[in-house]
Amino acid sequence: MSAPVSLTVNGRTVTLATASAARLSEALRHELGLTGTKIGCDAGDCGACTVLLDGRQVCACLVPVGQAAGRSVVTVEGLDDQGLRAAFLRHGAAQCGICTPGMLMAASDLLRRVPRPDEQQIEAALSGVLCRCTGYRKIVAAVLDARRASPAGDVETKAMGARRPRIDGLAKVEGREAFGADAVPKDALWLRAIRSPHHHARFEIGAWTPPAGVVRVLTARDVPGRNGFGIYPDIKDQPVLAEGVARYRGEPVLALLGERAALRAVDESAIPIRWTPLPHLHDPAAASAPGAALLHADRPGNLLTEGKLARGDAEAALAAAVHRAAVEIETGFVEHAYIEPEAGWAVRRGDRIEVTVSTQTPYMDRDEVAGVLGIAPEQVRIVPSACGGGFGGKLDQSVQPLIAIAAWLTKMPVAWVYDRPESMAATTKRHPARIQARMGCDADGRLVGFAFEGTFNTGAYASWGPTVAGRVPVHAAGPYRVPAASARARAIFTHLAPAGAFRGFGVPQAAIAHEMLIDDLALASGIDRLEFRRRNALRPDDLTVTGQALGPSAGLVACLNALEPHWRAALERARPGRGVGIGCMVYGIGNTAMSNPSTMRIGLAADGRLTLYSGAVDIGQGSNTVLAQIAAEALGVPADRIRLVAGDTDLTADAGKTSASRQTFVSGKACELAARDLRARLARLANASPEARIALGAGIAVEEGGRRTALDLGHLAPDRNGDALAGEGRFDPPTEPLDANGQGAPYASYAFAAQMAEVAVDRDLGTVKVLRMVAAHDVGRAVNPTLVEGQIEGGIAQGLGLALMEEWWPGQADNLHDYLIPTVGDVPPIETVLIESPEPLGPFGAKGVGEPGLVPTAPAILGAVRHATGVRPKRVPLTPARLRALIAGRSS
Amino acid sequence: MAAYARPTSLREALAALAEGPAVPLAGGTDLYPARVGRPPPERVLDLSAVAELRGVTQDADSIRIGAAVTWTELIESGLPDWCRALADAAGEIGGPQIQNRGTLAGNVCNASPAADGVPCLLALDARIEIDGRRTLPIAEFVLGSRRTALAAGEIVSAILLPKPRQAARSAFLKLGARKYLVISIAMVAGAVELAEDGSVAAARIAVGACGPVAQRLPALERRLVGGRLDPDLVRAEDFAALAPIDDMRGSAVYRRDAAMTLVRRLIGKLRDPG
Ligand SMILES: Cc1cc2nc3c(=O)[nH]c(=O)nc-3n(C[C@H](O)[C@H](O)[C@H](O)COP(=O)(O)OP(=O)(O)OC[C@H]3O[C@@H](n4cnc5c(N)ncnc54)[C@H](O)[C@@H]3O)c2cc1C
Ligand code: FES
Ligand code: FES
Repeated sequence: MSAPVSLTVNGRTVTLATASAARLSEALRHELGLTGTKIGCDAGDCGACTVLLDGRQVCACLVPVGQAAGRSVVTVEGLDDQGLRAAFLRHGAAQCGICTPGMLMAASDLLRRVPRPDEQQIEAALSGVLCRCTGYRKIVAAVLDARRASPAGDVETKAMGARRPRIDGLAKVEGREAFGADAVPKDALWLRAIRSPHHHARFEIGAWTPPAGVVRVLTARDVPGRNGFGIYPDIKDQPVLAEGVARYRGEPVLALLGERAALRAVDESAIPIRWTPLPHLHDPAAASAPGAALLHADRPGNLLTEGKLARGDAEAALAAAVHRAAVEIETGFVEHAYIEPEAGWAVRRGDRIEVTVSTQTPYMDRDEVAGVLGIAPEQVRIVPSACGGGFGGKLDQSVQPLIAIAAWLTKMPVAWVYDRPESMAATTKRHPARIQARMGCDADGRLVGFAFEGTFNTGAYASWGPTVAGRVPVHAAGPYRVPAASARARAIFTHLAPAGAFRGFGVPQAAIAHEMLIDDLALASGIDRLEFRRRNALRPDDLTVTGQALGPSAGLVACLNALEPHWRAALERARPGRGVGIGCMVYGIGNTAMSNPSTMRIGLAADGRLTLYSGAVDIGQGSNTVLAQIAAEALGVPADRIRLVAGDTDLTADAGKTSASRQTFVSGKACELAARDLRARLARLANASPEARIALGAGIAVEEGGRRTALDLGHLAPDRNGDALAGEGRFDPPTEPLDANGQGAPYASYAFAAQMAEVAVDRDLGTVKVLRMVAAHDVGRAVNPTLVEGQIEGGIAQGLGLALMEEWWPGQADNLHDYLIPTVGDVPPIETVLIESPEPLGPFGAKGVGEPGLVPTAPAILGAVRHATGVRPKRVPLTPARLRALIAGRSS
Repeated sequence: MAAYARPTSLREALAALAEGPAVPLAGGTDLYPARVGRPPPERVLDLSAVAELRGVTQDADSIRIGAAVTWTELIESGLPDWCRALADAAGEIGGPQIQNRGTLAGNVCNASPAADGVPCLLALDARIEIDGRRTLPIAEFVLGSRRTALAAGEIVSAILLPKPRQAARSAFLKLGARKYLVISIAMVAGAVELAEDGSVAAARIAVGACGPVAQRLPALERRLVGGRLDPDLVRAEDFAALAPIDDMRGSAVYRRDAAMTLVRRLIGKLRDPG
């Protein structure tokens, strides 16, 4: 034992029992309970743990407790800078909020020394903190603005269209928000998984007496219910713990329960697992070749699923085309890299289990946990913690099944927090794609035909593979009028981490291909690239490639028109080494040709308190705020009247998953309906019409035609939530199934966008600097423009990563210094233009924006690089080495 | 020795090490990241409070950078202009959190092929002071990837930069795949001494991340001496001895090609420091 260390933390003198060689972050979080300091990597890479040590920003995960002796530590809880916090709220600088404490501390270090910093100083000061949600620009703007007194009357009272600060924002900027790892009970057991070091291996577990402090070892045999989970009701192919065969590097085979420190100290090589490595298949071409060994006996050809589309005779149309283009493009594994690794804890209460977890999908978690425990879904309660970023990655099971099983069996609370390497190695990724596509147009530059063949590497288990294979063919031709099209997308099993859901479900990969083709054809027909797109853009009432007639909300032409002046100016500036590119997209909101309802409830208590019970989880994108704004608008009350209960499966109704950009559109509509229902019920009590005004001030009143009726709800028996009156709304967007040729009406609403990128390329080194982005998005109606911009900017940052730097490969990039995501210095200024072409089905005309922000970005950047250099990528990310090779005319 | 010791003098530090093996710790920015999910080393010798290891000092012959001096302290110490390579490298290490904690000595002792400090020290002809007793030239100190000339129980006490006898300049250039927080794909550092007539009197040009250890380019250095700083003097064969590898960050072919571009630009920068 080392001598106890004394220091000041947030102005208070404390003496720590934590070992002197341990990380300061450990002492802050686990001994002092200061969980505002976040852990994203324990390796200095993410900066989420940034605190001030004697006034200077440091990573608490890299400071030994002993070096803090006699010094002053300030954490977000002790940050004395209300101006900075207020600026973060005002600018929407916190989305999920997991990076926010680190950003605030880094900014405060700067502001103490430089009260009025410029943008460059701010970027340098924040450069050690990664944010995966915002694209950084709003954070930089907030710091620039931190010393401005918050102007009076800044907060708008209107609900719809207002730039309201997030309803859950204050907790985020004060470091009080509880994420998956932040509220673990003190008496919890911890869990550690032992994972396969091989891509494919048979294994046997021998007898083992674990060291002191490890209280229990779990194997596949301990799973009480079904040892399998998966997104689709009929595909539960992923085991909680592998049974005799591991199919990817990182697959869990054993779980240890015990004290945290004891688990850490376990030497894996001492555990008697006898591995017999087996040949592995990584390349989908090899895995789908005749005679290839099967990952799953019931999946011939290692084919998980195949999605198809055929409209007209694409081959004949291509043969008759005046100009034809063809591309072959390959994309890599992309990791979600949310700054909050998977985390949660479970506790058994009698014959029920309660799981608190960072998730995008509480109701699916509930059903999966029930399945692996062999109990009824009603016996499971999922309580979503704040979610420190999801992007699709938290639409799968991670900690849930094992912590639930462990808590069920031991009757003790059990917690599990992935470390970064585990999160990178074992969780889902964006599907690597290999795409071959062709497109043709007539002499006037009108598209006549399109053909697409995509192979998606789906890894070892199904996860969301079928969704990707289903969505891609429908989107493969892009946002264009294409009379004849054929498309096929296959998802192939390999011995790699499962590829799952990631912002866009395969569409971003496909968009790279269709936008390259469009650029080719524009070039071949001598038409300006923007003009070519406008000529072919889908417009209201047009038929899509699935034969669906679009409704009135199809604003791509308006998006392109908005870009045009920027485009012309950028073309003027272009020269060798500096280029401009453009990307367009269409995105179907909600599940593909499948029912995906949402139910929302709003309650009114006798004392006038309004509560929105929302099963939709806010993963940083802002649905909590948006739904409250919609509810307020529909009720006709100020938005700040709405209190929120979110996610808890015992207290809310199923709103479906936070995926497919659907919560604003689907849950938003359900919310509007719930509000209208409540309003009508109130009005009825006052014998007024459903349009009567609700007045909540001193008491509850209904006003109509100059008549005011005060209502006393005290005589109504309160329901189990304590509400006197409640409204409910359910919305399931109308879709039609797709036939064998992929024809039908798969989505009720479509979002459109066009983005433009300007880049500078260092042609000798192959490096690309994105100088500026302009993004025009048709969002139907911007419920909260700040949040919409935040989604677009964050999507652009991820699209930039996809285009230029992000690529994961097992064992080679299981951390955030080999796997590179954009830093504050990589995301350029972004100008957003919001096009509002109201969606009749959506709440007050709104549709979705969560994924669309990312889809057109990589195509725009890659097009700009091509404009600057004349080379077209064969593989993304277009890393400096790959780009340089293309420029120098080398093959790799 | 105890699980953790934080001596305040070099004598105590060496005495602690003499009691048995312990892992030296300075800023911890290499040490902790190498142990994610694992407990800290069993015995840690924290060097950050050792008086003799603190501060940047100078005498008539050299500048002495204590082994506990952080990158930020180095930047703020007001290094003379001929040390510009090192100051520039310091400003490009990780982000502010890493610069506030990490040390040049730790960077050298960690002996990563991608350590940005090493090519700078090659260019500046640095010597590594060990235990306050003996010194080794940097080229004899870093022996390979993660290998140094330190024997068990020895520590680096300081880094010595010999003062040039005539007008001198140095420069550093780093290539990474993103703006901040990036491990170099390749980096180059150079130092030149200039005669009265502006011709090159001495030149040291080093390339890092293109082999297990950063290396100087002797053929190019010889070609530069006696003439002007001319980027066109750089030839492909100057890079023949490098042994770059293919990895996630770039191919060997690319590294060699990029190193040549960087060295050309470096010579331009040495000519026109701006
Ligand atoms: C996010 C991040 C970004 C980084 N970016 C860069 C970068 O851009 N460029 C770069 O080159 N490096 C980078 N690094 C690596 C690291 O920060 C540097 O190598 C740093 O200078 C190491 O110094 P330290 O004092 O923290 O070393 P420590 O971690 O304390 O020690 C490193 C090693 O050296 C030994 N050691 C330390 N001091 C002595 C001594 N005096 N005598 C004997 N042995 C000693 C230790 O035992 C250990 O093995 C980065 C690291 C992180 C986490
Ligand atoms: S947790 Fe410390 S830098 Fe990521
Ligand atoms: S808001 Fe920055 S990581 Fe989520």
